[in-house]
Amino acid sequence: MNALRSILVRRETGIAVMIVLFTVVVSLYKPQFFTLNSLRVILLLTPLVMIAAMGQMLVLVARHVDLSIGSMLGLSAMVTGMMFRDMPGIPWGLGFVVAIGIGALLGLVNGALVTLFRLPAIIVTLGTLNLYRGLTFIVSNARQVDRQFIPSELKAMSQTSPILGIPWIIFMAFAVALATYWFVMHTRVGRQIFALGSNPVAAPLRGIKVTQVTLLVFAISGALSGLAGIMYASRWGFVNPSNTGFGFEFQVIAAVVIGGVSINGGVGSVLGVVLGVLLMGCVAAALPLLGIPGTAQGAIYGAVILVALLIDRSVRQQGIAGLRIARA
Amino acid sequence: MLKKSLIALAAGLALSTGALAQDKIDIVFIGKNTGNPYFDSLTKGFVEACQKIACNFEFVAPATAEATSQIPFIEAQIQRGVDVIAISPNSPDALNQVFDAARAKGIIVMTVNGDITGNESHRDLTILPTDFTKVGADQIEMVGSLIGYEGEIAILSATTEAPDQNFWIKGMNEAIKDPKYAKMKLVATVYGDDQPEKSTSEMEALLANYPDLKGVIAPTTVGVAAAAQVVQSRGVAEQVNVTGLGLPSEMRDFVKDGTVKAFQLWSPYNEGWLAAHLAVDLKAGKAKNEVGSTFEVPDLGTITINEGNSINTQSSLTTFTAENIDQFDF
Repeated sequence: MNALRSILVRRETGIAVMIVLFTVVVSLYKPQFFTLNSLRVILLLTPLVMIAAMGQMLVLVARHVDLSIGSMLGLSAMVTGMMFRDMPGIPWGLGFVVAIGIGALLGLVNGALVTLFRLPAIIVTLGTLNLYRGLTFIVSNARQVDRQFIPSELKAMSQTSPILGIPWIIFMAFAVALATYWFVMHTRVGRQIFALGSNPVAAPLRGIKVTQVTLLVFAISGALSGLAGIMYASRWGFVNPSNTGFGFEFQVIAAVVIGGVSINGGVGSVLGVVLGVLLMGCVAAALPLLGIPGTAQGAIYGAVILVALLIDRSVRQQGIAGLRIARA
Repeated sequence: MLKKSLIALAAGLALSTGALAQDKIDIVFIGKNTGNPYFDSLTKGFVEACQKIACNFEFVAPATAEATSQIPFIEAQIQRGVDVIAISPNSPDALNQVFDAARAKGIIVMTVNGDITGNESHRDLTILPTDFTKVGADQIEMVGSLIGYEGEIAILSATTEAPDQNFWIKGMNEAIKDPKYAKMKLVATVYGDDQPEKSTSEMEALLANYPDLKGVIAPTTVGVAAAAQVVQSRGVAEQVNVTGLGLPSEMRDFVKDGTVKAFQLWSPYNEGWLAAHLAVDLKAGKAKNEVGSTFEVPDLGTITINEGNSINTQSSLTTFTAENIDQFDF
């Protein structure tokens, strides 16, 4: 058990070391990168991804995948934004209930398709990725919800800060991460997700209700995408049918996998995912600061993801070897 | 007897449909992509014109603004047999063949809000919001007047390959050579890809890399809003003047709280309004698509067809400030 724990620690240490190394190297070229303001910029790039990454982690741990998160984000943000626009005077806090509720519902549909029809999640969520995006166009009549309709209290969450100049939205993202940590470490269902992902055949024999657990992880992923949706409205002050959440799944899945979550299920930690998200944020903030031309940034961003995964893989193989030795 | 009446009936139908077609012409506008608030306003110009004059109007657009994504939409409209195709082209050269096919069927093809530069022979005419050769100079003058014609400035653009953006940036680089702007220095041109996240990162990097920056020109609606938000949340609006080309609906809050003092654009509404009137007049023979010929458009006055069958809806950019922004509802 001690050996297992030390491996887990080592993997997260690996990502932390990558973050430190990256920060040091960039700061040598650009001292501006090593400032409080730069930290604020990096943190502000991460909250949406971090919130959705917690849901994606649970789905991956349960040996599924959720490609539809960007579209769930877009649809729940759009409905919430239209509610603010068409029902003036509605309490802005209600937007959170609506966005999270719609997200959870969309997630449940994913889960139901996966469990009832025994379809692979990658196919189901590829379908709903397009379906939910299409619904966003239909409900909005392909029109954007403009800045003036987003409540100023909601927009202020991304601007005003309780402490250290760090806006509320970032604290919310870390609160979601902490809640997820508590959920997976200290609740029965949380542990069952890991058990299901490590061995789906044995799980029902151990009394795990596979259908309920699967529905739950997809519903959580949807609900957190919905939360990320209203945070999008807060952060950017508008909701657009084609842009809002478009391509979001790639950022989230990359961050989650860099964070050490196995796409083969059963393995993953909240701390690892948080570090994965932060590493991606560092890279996204550093590329423009280094003056790398726009034409090259996409390729470099992709290369960084691959390098991080290769480092992670080599660390993990050593870890597994270590585990075998420890067991032997 | 039956046969005769059938013939009469058919003749009557033919006559009546013929008469209907003469009554109202069918205009379609194909936008760059759906969900783009810019085209809402342009479309509104078409819609309101067609409520007053003899045209039926429809707006269609592909989901993404890729070079070839409009081709199936144009083909569908040729099949449908519309009279006029107005289009904001996503590519300067990918549409040539399908435009030729449309014109072979007698459809008038007009590019609106952007032209197929270098391939003008494949369309009938173009309606541009303003004289694009002056945009760069107007924007430099705008930022110059905001910063007292002294200090470092930067450009935050959309994508690296966007033709209009690059044309205007070239114009800015030319204009700044004027002795009037001798104390201004263009230190960087960066690209936010018209995404809020990317535009924000680029704007933050500009502020970090150039602490003495006095002004930023973002000639794109997404970029100028993102740049304004960065300056607003950092509380540096006094030091850094953000301006550019933006939509009043997206910039209103920033102008009212003083984050942005002034920005520019044209009226997309007038483009649609003018295009609909011209289409109806051309089909009715009241206007001729010849360089130098003129026609009347209600509210806009006498419009001249310029070199290259090109028409401008206004001669220079409109400047929006706290005083006038509430007069614009797009």
